[in-house]
Amino acid sequence: MGAKNHMRLDFPALPENEAFARVAISGFMLPLNPTMEELADVKTAVSEAVTNAVVHGYGGEGGEVRLLAAYSEEGVLEVKVIDRGRGIEDVAQAMQPFFTTAPGDDRSGMGFTVMESFMDDVQVHSAPGQGTVVHMSKALSLREAALPRRA
Amino acid sequence: MLCYEKNRNTLIVTLSGELDQREASGIRSELDALLEDAQIRRLVFDLSRLRFMDSSGIGLIIGRYKRMRRRNGSVAVRGVSERMGRILDMAGLFQLVERLA
Ligand SMILES: Nc1ncnc2c1ncn2[C@@H]1O[C@H](COP(=O)(O)OP(=O)(O)OP(=O)(O)O)[C@@H](O)[C@H]1O
Ligand SMILES: [Mg+2]
Repeated sequence: MGAKNHMRLDFPALPENEAFARVAISGFMLPLNPTMEELADVKTAVSEAVTNAVVHGYGGEGGEVRLLAAYSEEGVLEVKVIDRGRGIEDVAQAMQPFFTTAPGDDRSGMGFTVMESFMDDVQVHSAPGQGTVVHMSKALSLREAALPRRA
Repeated sequence: MLCYEKNRNTLIVTLSGELDQREASGIRSELDALLEDAQIRRLVFDLSRLRFMDSSGIGLIIGRYKRMRRRNGSVAVRGVSERMGRILDMAGLFQLVERLA
């Protein structure tokens, strides 16, 4: 993808950084003039992926989360959420609705389902002990005001 | 954040701000302390003041639903925005929990 703009953010796997990641991605995509709907879609998906990194990837035992984002001239936004934590044994199973390894903590197993329904594409790369990469993309509508202004 | 109102055996809980995993775990412990009161038979979540909710909201509500079921109680939600409705619907929540206007 020919990136027009990109960013990288590293932060510790702390619960308070779930909100921070949402604000960061919102600020980054603002030049694309997203609709409220698109903004909320992306914020929700990022919140899910970062929460998973914090809760499942590291399980409260420190570690760093990386948030990468880029968008193209055409308004395609790509986001990656990366952790170097526990990893996932069976990705296809983990992505099934209602599958959770932490039912006792009031987890519903709907995080990946939410990501998939709010983004155009979600790819997960993971292996036990190797960490997890969640790669998501979404084509934004690029409304009038996002285009360069004429003199 | 959580505000509540008790009316005989009904507990009405108004959530505000952003309901993510961090916020949900705080609300969960406050709420579970309130639900120690065995008189409570009906729990109503008011979501009209929430600015954001992710799947943590599903877990929070279903967890309290299970708890209320054990005492033959019921759970309802009100003030559900279109977006929150979509998220809760993905989990089939409205088959368990009544959706009020
Ligand atoms: N970054 C990660 N590292 C390790 N395991 C993960 C990671 N992300 C997801 N998982 C695994 O995939 C399962 C499903 O994730 P998903 O987000 O769909 O549900 P959940 O987090 O369990 O519940 P919810 O998101 O509804 O609160 C998790 O229970 C966990 O076992
Ligand atoms: Mg999750």
